[in-house]
Amino acid sequence: MSPNDGQAMRSAAPEGQIMRSLSDVVQERGPSLPAANVAGKGVQIRKLNAYYGAHQALEDIDFDINPGVVTAIIGPSGCGKSTMIRCINRMHEVVKGATVKGSVLVDGRDIYASDANPTRIRRNIGMVFQKPNPFPTRSIYENVITGLRLNMKRKPKREYDEVVEKSLRAVALWDEVKDKLHASGTALSGGQQQRLCIARAIAIEPEILLLDEPASALDPTATMKIEDLLFELKTRYTIVLVTHNMQQAARASDITAFFLADERHIGHLVESGPTRQIFMTPTDKRTEDYISGRLG
Amino acid sequence: MRKDPEHGKFVRRSVAGALSAAGAALLTFISVAILFIILWHIFVNGIGSLNADFFTKIPKPYGETGGGIAQAIWGTVMMMLLAAVIAIPIGMATAIYTVEFGRGRFADAVRFAVELIAELPSIVVGVFIWALVVRNFTGFSGVAGSLALAVIMIPIIARGVEEILKLVPDSLREAALALGTPRWKVVLFIVIPTVLPGILTGIMLSVARAAGETAPLLLTALGNSFFNFDFRKPMAAMPLQIYTYAISPYDDWHAKAWASTLVLIAIVGILSGAVKFFTRRWKHESQ
Amino acid sequence: MSRSNQSRHGATKAPAAPAATAATAAEVATAAVAATAAVAATAAVAATAAKDPSDRVFSAFVAAMSAVVILLVIGFVLLLTADSMQSIRKFGFEFITGSVWNPVNTEINRMDFGALPFIFGTVVTSVIALLIATPLALGSAIFVTEYAPSWLGKPVSFIIELLVAIPSVAYGIWGLFVLVPLMRDSVEPFLQDILGQVPVLGALVDGPPFGQDLLTGGVILSIMILPTILSLSKEIIAQVPRLQKEGMLALGATRWEVLSQAILPYAPSGIIGAAMLGLARAIGETMAVTMVIGNSSSKISASLLTPGYTIASAIANQFTEADSPVYFSAIVELGLVLLLVASAFNIVSRFLIARLAKKTEAADA
Repeated sequence: MSPNDGQAMRSAAPEGQIMRSLSDVVQERGPSLPAANVAGKGVQIRKLNAYYGAHQALEDIDFDINPGVVTAIIGPSGCGKSTMIRCINRMHEVVKGATVKGSVLVDGRDIYASDANPTRIRRNIGMVFQKPNPFPTRSIYENVITGLRLNMKRKPKREYDEVVEKSLRAVALWDEVKDKLHASGTALSGGQQQRLCIARAIAIEPEILLLDEPASALDPTATMKIEDLLFELKTRYTIVLVTHNMQQAARASDITAFFLADERHIGHLVESGPTRQIFMTPTDKRTEDYISGRLG
Repeated sequence: MRKDPEHGKFVRRSVAGALSAAGAALLTFISVAILFIILWHIFVNGIGSLNADFFTKIPKPYGETGGGIAQAIWGTVMMMLLAAVIAIPIGMATAIYTVEFGRGRFADAVRFAVELIAELPSIVVGVFIWALVVRNFTGFSGVAGSLALAVIMIPIIARGVEEILKLVPDSLREAALALGTPRWKVVLFIVIPTVLPGILTGIMLSVARAAGETAPLLLTALGNSFFNFDFRKPMAAMPLQIYTYAISPYDDWHAKAWASTLVLIAIVGILSGAVKFFTRRWKHESQ
Repeated sequence: MSRSNQSRHGATKAPAAPAATAATAAEVATAAVAATAAVAATAAVAATAAKDPSDRVFSAFVAAMSAVVILLVIGFVLLLTADSMQSIRKFGFEFITGSVWNPVNTEINRMDFGALPFIFGTVVTSVIALLIATPLALGSAIFVTEYAPSWLGKPVSFIIELLVAIPSVAYGIWGLFVLVPLMRDSVEPFLQDILGQVPVLGALVDGPPFGQDLLTGGVILSIMILPTILSLSKEIIAQVPRLQKEGMLALGATRWEVLSQAILPYAPSGIIGAAMLGLARAIGETMAVTMVIGNSSSKISASLLTPGYTIASAIANQFTEADSPVYFSAIVELGLVLLLVASAFNIVSRFLIARLAKKTEAADA
């Protein structure tokens, strides 16, 4: 799968046809295979249970996330998808009273082990949020290197300059902002701000990149740009994408996991597999109902 | 592991974080300790002088031991009552107007004025009543003291009742209006009875605050060593008595000052505690 | 909101302006009654939007009662200005800049009212109070909101905020009998030991440690304004958008780094606003300060260990002696100065905090 396939796909779509069937979208993408040389680490989630105080949000989640592919987590609102992704970088427990039981193994080590340090774990896993959140008191340049300044020894300016250019190029933002690197991070459009946040996240070379509905606050053009980015970035990072937009999952992901909450409002993993298979021939009836619009 | 080159810095960062947490905890501890230290001293120094005479007798002449502060207790009660009679209607009317009737600039002006008065230094309130009432009409008197206390109480009542009234859902008012009840009946007979406990707590809060005020009374009621039930003459009050006794040279009076402080704190504490208790229960019920 | 009020105040003030130059309370009272009538009439007109006649009566009545508060504010300013006029006309600006406060006309020293020593005392004690209270309050706010678990944070902040319910005179008596001896016997000599030889700072601790001095006044004030700054700071820290904190956390920041790099830089105006509100309270505080500050109008010196006055304590100590009209007028003018300064700080503080709230809302939109 080459980075240009995304654009090729879009130009092949007939003009004026906005809502194409999911199976059309998925079929055009062809078979999902991990790219040849992959960086990034795999994540194994084992018997994960997550709580907000006394209320359980997720029950007994077991699933694997592989490097080199984009894994999408989909499901109706309230199914626990945001909770799920936040458990991967130990952000869930930041909320007062929130707890986790079970394991999440990254590179073979359980991030919930008693000797694990949440701060270091978060450093190695990047996160992009639903609404772009550039730091308002910092310039674009400073936003990108925030992670480096926090975690690494002081470097000569030249090295920071290089990282800034490399990161902004990787998110296709360099040409747009290279002349105003010292303007405030908030002076950009929504889509640009989100790409800035992605640049900020990848500047410290995380192993895994989590995106929690990254395009939900953006217009369609900006959304497209983000999705194109994912094609390129997945060779370098393990990417997990939460989305409420099935079309986006169909377009942008290789593996899809479908979550659903039961009558007790507890979220479960219903099924997961290659995106093509989930959307065209789902195993579970509930998945089929959701895909075809009967649920959620 | 990639972590290694960052390890040294991470250790430093963790130490910095631990130090700041410890620093914040220490500052908090000091702040909490201060309260307990003050209350402890008041209790220890005041408890010894509390006896029946303290509550029932008036002060003895300079230098003699014995006696009590009965006249100050009465004075406080009397001036508080008169102040409440003045402040409650005005405060409530203000709150009712801004919540139930007022839209537009006059209501904004009223709210702004309430905020301004609420933030006035109490000595300035004293100066105002001193210049206006004491110097021109009544001389140092209980009435002047009550007026000063009323000025302090009005914004507390107005703000408290305003918040309470805002908690009443509009659907209640609309249901009553739809039955053809005139607005004023809706307010007086439906809205207010619903939130009466909340209103009472707002009033209690203003009483707790006014009971402890000294500066405005200093310039208006002046204080008195004898029983005085005539509002046109200077009147005693507990905070004034504390002040007079504390700055005097007599040990017996110092001891009485401590005891009066203890009683005052107890009253203020009980009132404030009751307010907090009812407010919590109140908010809990309305949600 | 305040802008529309000013025009309204201007409109009702215009007919009352001539009264500001009169010196008697009677004329002020007449002007005040005229103002009430104008205001209540306007309110009644506004209230005639109500249709039922009994409603009109009730709403006009309630509006008129509410007018009392507006009246009070106008009355405060008018009366205090009118009664200060004599002193203003006689001493003018030197009231604020002159440092001789001599209420009695003798052959050697003529009567003069320069309030600079009082202003100096107010400024010094308030600044000391801020310097001590702000770190304590901020540190506690940080601890309670960011570090402590909620079962600890809530009771702790409740306890600290209880400090606000203690009456001023209770602080005064504690200050007089506990703090003053402590300062005189332990703290001030200690400060003299460590700072005495230091070039500039040594002047701050010059002279015999009285205990009843500006420094102690500042200390007692700091305890009194601590809860104010604390509760505002808590609100401000809580208002910083979650997305900012989480964005920092996701990059691997420690809790302290989130605080110092995401939270505090986001809200500096809010914290300044909180400090200003504390300052406004400190300026107006009377009883506790007057009982520990010594109340002697001696020269303005650099040493914090000298007794002094604040504007509020000067009023409290001298009002009984205001026999001559000029003396009376001077004391009222002191009250006017307090009113204006405290109100100014209050307004600026609320403006800063409101501005921060607006910024946070916009960020969440």
